[in-house]
Amino acid sequence: MVTSSWYLILAAAVFTIGAVGLMVRRNPLIMFMCVELMLNAVNLTFITFARDFADISGQVAVLFVLVVAAAEVVVGLAIVVAINRRWPLATADDLSELRG
Amino acid sequence: MSALVELAWLIVAFPLAGALLLLMLGRRLGEPASGWLATCAMGGSFVATLLVFGGLLAHDATERQQVVTLFEWVPAGNLAVDVGFLVDPLSVTMALFITGVGALIHLYSIGYMHKDEGFARFFTYLNLFAFSMLMLVLSDNLLLTFLGWEGVGACSYLLISFWFTEDANASAGKKAFVTNRVGDWGFLVAMFLAFLTFGSLQYGEMFFEVESNGVAASTASGIVVLLLVGAAGKSAQFPLHVWLPDAMAGPTPVSALIHAATMVTAGVYLLVRMNPLLAEAHGWVPDLIMWVGLATALMAATIAVAQNDIKKVLAYSTVSQLGFMFVAVGSGAYVAAIFHMVTHAFFKALLFLGAGSVIHSMDGDQDMRRYGGLTRLLPLTSWAFVAGWLAIAGVPPFSGFWSKDEILAYTYGENRLAWFLLLCTAVLTAFYMTRLVLLTFYGSPRWSSDASSATTTDNTASDNTISNNTATDNTASDGTASDNTAGAALPERHPHESPWLMTVPLVLLAGLAVVAGLLNLPFSSDLHFLEKWLSPALYGNAAHVPFGGGTKWVLGIVAVLGSGVGVAAGVAVYLRNRISPDRIEHPFLVRAWRIDEMLANFMGGPGHKAFQRTAQFDQQVIDGVVNATGTTARRAGTLLRSFQNGMVRSYALFVAVGALALMVWFIARAGM
Repeated sequence: MVTSSWYLILAAAVFTIGAVGLMVRRNPLIMFMCVELMLNAVNLTFITFARDFADISGQVAVLFVLVVAAAEVVVGLAIVVAINRRWPLATADDLSELRG
Repeated sequence: MSALVELAWLIVAFPLAGALLLLMLGRRLGEPASGWLATCAMGGSFVATLLVFGGLLAHDATERQQVVTLFEWVPAGNLAVDVGFLVDPLSVTMALFITGVGALIHLYSIGYMHKDEGFARFFTYLNLFAFSMLMLVLSDNLLLTFLGWEGVGACSYLLISFWFTEDANASAGKKAFVTNRVGDWGFLVAMFLAFLTFGSLQYGEMFFEVESNGVAASTASGIVVLLLVGAAGKSAQFPLHVWLPDAMAGPTPVSALIHAATMVTAGVYLLVRMNPLLAEAHGWVPDLIMWVGLATALMAATIAVAQNDIKKVLAYSTVSQLGFMFVAVGSGAYVAAIFHMVTHAFFKALLFLGAGSVIHSMDGDQDMRRYGGLTRLLPLTSWAFVAGWLAIAGVPPFSGFWSKDEILAYTYGENRLAWFLLLCTAVLTAFYMTRLVLLTFYGSPRWSSDASSATTTDNTASDNTISNNTATDNTASDGTASDNTAGAALPERHPHESPWLMTVPLVLLAGLAVVAGLLNLPFSSDLHFLEKWLSPALYGNAAHVPFGGGTKWVLGIVAVLGSGVGVAAGVAVYLRNRISPDRIEHPFLVRAWRIDEMLANFMGGPGHKAFQRTAQFDQQVIDGVVNATGTTARRAGTLLRSFQNGMVRSYALFVAVGALALMVWFIARAGM
């Protein structure tokens, strides 16, 4: 029997992979993918709870997250492409022009 | 009729408009048009004052305190200050003689400043001064009075150093300004204290508060003593009197208007204005005022005896007469103080203008040792001057006698010792004024109208006087070796009577100096016009002479005898040569009690150190607190800035740590 806790454990694992990856990797593209992992881990949690409580609002939230994530990817990838043109092979740590 | 009182704003508007017009058009108008413009502005102001006076007379005595508010000036939280005029008998009396005497002095200046490069500039300043002075007396609150107070101080500075190319004039202006700053400090702190106590700076509200809720005697004493510091600065009382004699560096009409008739009386006016507070103060406060005035009066009179510069004598005489007014305020004789202020304005302005006329005719020479026998050549000036002399010397029925006698009578009621010392001052006053008149107008000329000795017959006599004088006098200001020219060759002069522009004001002022005593004759209570007129502004705080008519008569006769002794002594020394002047003109007196030197030594030595300490305290502690605030903010900023290092991954770490911390917190709360 696959209970809700299995889904939640999977979501937590995926989220942790994403979070650790975000902090450990320096390639902007990989960091982007890590953010996506985290978002989708959260989506999975939403769905799980929506099923558990038989509440549609969890699924609604997921749809919102998908839309926002799509928009974010558009902007983010555009920035990554622009950065790659300007400074090829730049890592996230190199891009610290705006430090205080 | 109250509509006439509403015209009070016109009184100050005329001189202000005059000053602004002259500022813009002065150079183009040139001489004498700019002088006439300024004089007309003062004349207009005088007419406006007369109208307001008429309007006030139409009110009942109980309603003679009208506030005319123009607009709100400083609305700041609890502090609301209006530009408003308090039209009451006191302010209108002041305004009347300020505008009246002022207009005459403006007229005189047209003649006196003839062919001066700064002709238009002079009248600009003069009108600006009149505006500030009228603001000072007419304002209905302390802050606006302070505006006028600073305005007259600034104009005084500008006019003392009017001929600023001379180093001495420029430094005299600076001295006046700096000395006045000391007094202004007192005024400012008094104002803070008054606001703290009453929550208002308006005279009417403050006095209402005093009347209805009362005020602690210590608070009232504090305010009055601080105001006394301010008044002593402005009215040249000991030890802040040092600036007034030096202020004579300015043109003579300035000395007459600012440093004799009007500005220097502002201190007395302020103390009289604040009489409800003075009444609430501790008993020692009026005594302090009286003794400060007395010390100043006596000291200045002794100095005046030994001065040779005609304007210096008059300057010390002014200091002395202001001391009389302070004594009157200290004895609660406010009416007598104002009475003396008015008569003094007339006769001292007259004396200064007369001196100006003499100086004018002697080609700018101010040394009385080179005057003498001028009465034949300057008949009008000398007659007017004699009227002023008799008035200040206290000879009845001239105006000075009545006002001075009234002060003496009140002082007698207050303190016998003070009365005696004041009487001695009065005798000295008669003496030094007699000396001035005799040295200037009578005796033999100590100048020559042409290079060959036209006055050979008088030479021996005049040489005697001169050598007598020079022996002591050379220790005076310059302190150089003996002035041999006086003994050997007489300076060449061509004295002539001044133009009508200068003599008309002299004659008018002489008339006023003779009859002004009519304002407040002591014989019957029906004749106390000034006392009745001023009573609404004094709130019943004025003292009353505690003895009957008989004592008054005796005191009056003693005062007349005193004046007689002074005049007789002057005649004996300076006309008959019975006593050598050296014995009177002691070097200590010539140097004005060495007060300037003492101040200079103090400021050069311990004073300098003390002020350095103060400056150090200001720089390190006061500035330190301010700087510390800035430094703290900057350090905190530096610390926080280090978190924004531009590393996206470290931001992510912070977010993760923050999220974890939040989660731990929620779980901990849920567990409890």
